Amino acid sequence: MKKTISVFSLLVLMTATAMTQAPPSGEDILKRVDANIGSDNKIATAEMIIHGRRGSRSIKSKSWIYGIEKSYTEYLAPAREAGTKMLKLEEQLWTYIPSTDRTIKISGHMLRQSVMGSDLSYEDMMEDPELLNLYNANIIEESTFLERPCWILELTAKVEDISYHSRKIWVDKERYVSLKEERFARSGKLLKVFEVKEVRSIQNRWVPVHMVFKDALKSGKGTEYFIESIEFNADIPEALFTKASLR
Amino acid sequence: MIIPRLALRNLLGAGLRTWLNVIVLSFSFVLIIWLQGLYKGMGDQARVAQTDAEFGGGQYWQENYDPFDPLALQDAHSSVPESLQTLIENKQAAAILISQATIYPEGRLHTILMKGIDPAQSVVTLPTQFLDQEGEELPALIGTRMARNTGLKVGDTVTVRWRDSQGTFDARDAKIVQIMKTSVPSVDLAQMWVPLDKMQSLTRMKNEASLVILAQGTEEFPQVSGWIHKDMKFLLKDIDYLVKTKSVGGSIIYTILLCLAMLAIFNTQVLSIFRRRKEMGTLMAMGMTRSKIIQLFTLEGAMHSVLAALVAAIYGIPLLAWSAKTGWAMPEAADDYGIAGIGEALIPVYGTGLVVGTVVLVLLVTTIVSFLPTRKIAKLKPTDALRGKMT
Repeated sequence: MKKTISVFSLLVLMTATAMTQAPPSGEDILKRVDANIGSDNKIATAEMIIHGRRGSRSIKSKSWIYGIEKSYTEYLAPAREAGTKMLKLEEQLWTYIPSTDRTIKISGHMLRQSVMGSDLSYEDMMEDPELLNLYNANIIEESTFLERPCWILELTAKVEDISYHSRKIWVDKERYVSLKEERFARSGKLLKVFEVKEVRSIQNRWVPVHMVFKDALKSGKGTEYFIESIEFNADIPEALFTKASLR
Repeated sequence: MIIPRLALRNLLGAGLRTWLNVIVLSFSFVLIIWLQGLYKGMGDQARVAQTDAEFGGGQYWQENYDPFDPLALQDAHSSVPESLQTLIENKQAAAILISQATIYPEGRLHTILMKGIDPAQSVVTLPTQFLDQEGEELPALIGTRMARNTGLKVGDTVTVRWRDSQGTFDARDAKIVQIMKTSVPSVDLAQMWVPLDKMQSLTRMKNEASLVILAQGTEEFPQVSGWIHKDMKFLLKDIDYLVKTKSVGGSIIYTILLCLAMLAIFNTQVLSIFRRRKEMGTLMAMGMTRSKIIQLFTLEGAMHSVLAALVAAIYGIPLLAWSAKTGWAMPEAADDYGIAGIGEALIPVYGTGLVVGTVVLVLLVTTIVSFLPTRKIAKLKPTDALRGKMT
């Protein structure tokens, strides 16, 4: 009888251990990824280097982001782009160009155009950063990327009106940061690749500070994106998110 | 009858001076007819080519379709209405579905229009029968200009990316099954033709189209809700404007030439009136009225244009006939002008109206120019004229 109880206890212990070590579900991982990067508001200064066929050009900008609905971006350099501002309020986007002193609403199909000739479209920039709202997630593989152990998640669209039907993301198992992302067409053809080159710990969050976006169908080195500084839960005046602040 | 005979004798008697004026004026005749014929020929060629390859016998546009706004194409499609569907089934119309797309030949990005068309259609002269192919890859038909710009050849495979009706990206490899040579850039430049049913399925726009082309000779144009009928007058409007603009530009050249000829005739008339004072006095003394003398001198001047018309006919008819037969060879760069119908040569078209109109115009202008210096005769006193004085 004693022997039977010992064997039973051992089995229960083994099961419990196995359960605690079971990998989280795809959705749990996405939640953690969204929670790591998500914030009520943030202020970031970034540099975008667009590698073209005839050379590269760099664009610096400062963004004030409030949740996922509002953002305000001002371009700082080069001189030609300096003073250009962009305001996103939910699904709407306005841009102010100082040389013409006009505010233009970028809507409908114009959102699908490239941002300043980069590999990113306005739509890419405006998309809901919380992937869980848009995709179902499944773990399909475990791998290593940038010498970090990762889960590879397959995301399949759960809404109809979405740019990319499916995605594959490499999520750091410990830091819950997306290190690589592949975006696919409905046919399964790879369209865009996003790779993180460097991750830093900022205000107790793991933040990708150097990324490369690339149109997979196009030759070239893509567009590099450097986050020079970022402040989470910053104090942003509400008045910034109005059309009046563009001028 | 004495005045015309006298005028002709005086004119021929002037010898080389007359013939110089006549030859210069004859150049104007030939040049005006040739240039106008060239523009008419260009217009006719463009109309025929564009009608055959693109416009058919008129079109129905989906209400949001605007060929000059590619950004609006995403919304410019809807189900083909029953009345038009019947015409399509009877091969009296062809549906076209248009979507913005991007192709990546050798890793370079090209924004294009992907156009779906029934491979079995016979409404327009595009070689769509080549699209009737099965296989994994999407069969694609492109024009020579598009092939030149993208470096694509028959048998090449190129990735084409588009957004479906929900805005979701899709991409496939397309195989170039044929490169068509067409004189209509608007069915060629930055365009790729694919089978309609495949495009409808890939873009999730089942039975939808952006426009419907009617067969030439269609006479009934029923009202269709959500679709707008565009007649040939509307569709060919741009060509008419273009020919009009070109004609105006060309008229500057022959106006200069005509002015030179008129200046020579005016000068001849002034000189003639000055040198022939005694002759005028004698005619007056013999009983010819001033108005008859004015008529004589005006007719002498106007007869330059009659002689010029005869001289122009001698060398102009064979020259213009040869030009109408061989045409004016166009350089290769003309392909990029964006004008339909200009293939390898421009064939001038000379109508009766054009020739008669030109003769009447030159005759009228010459008569007016010839008359102006003769007004001095009205004040002439016979006694002064006989003494060789002008009053």
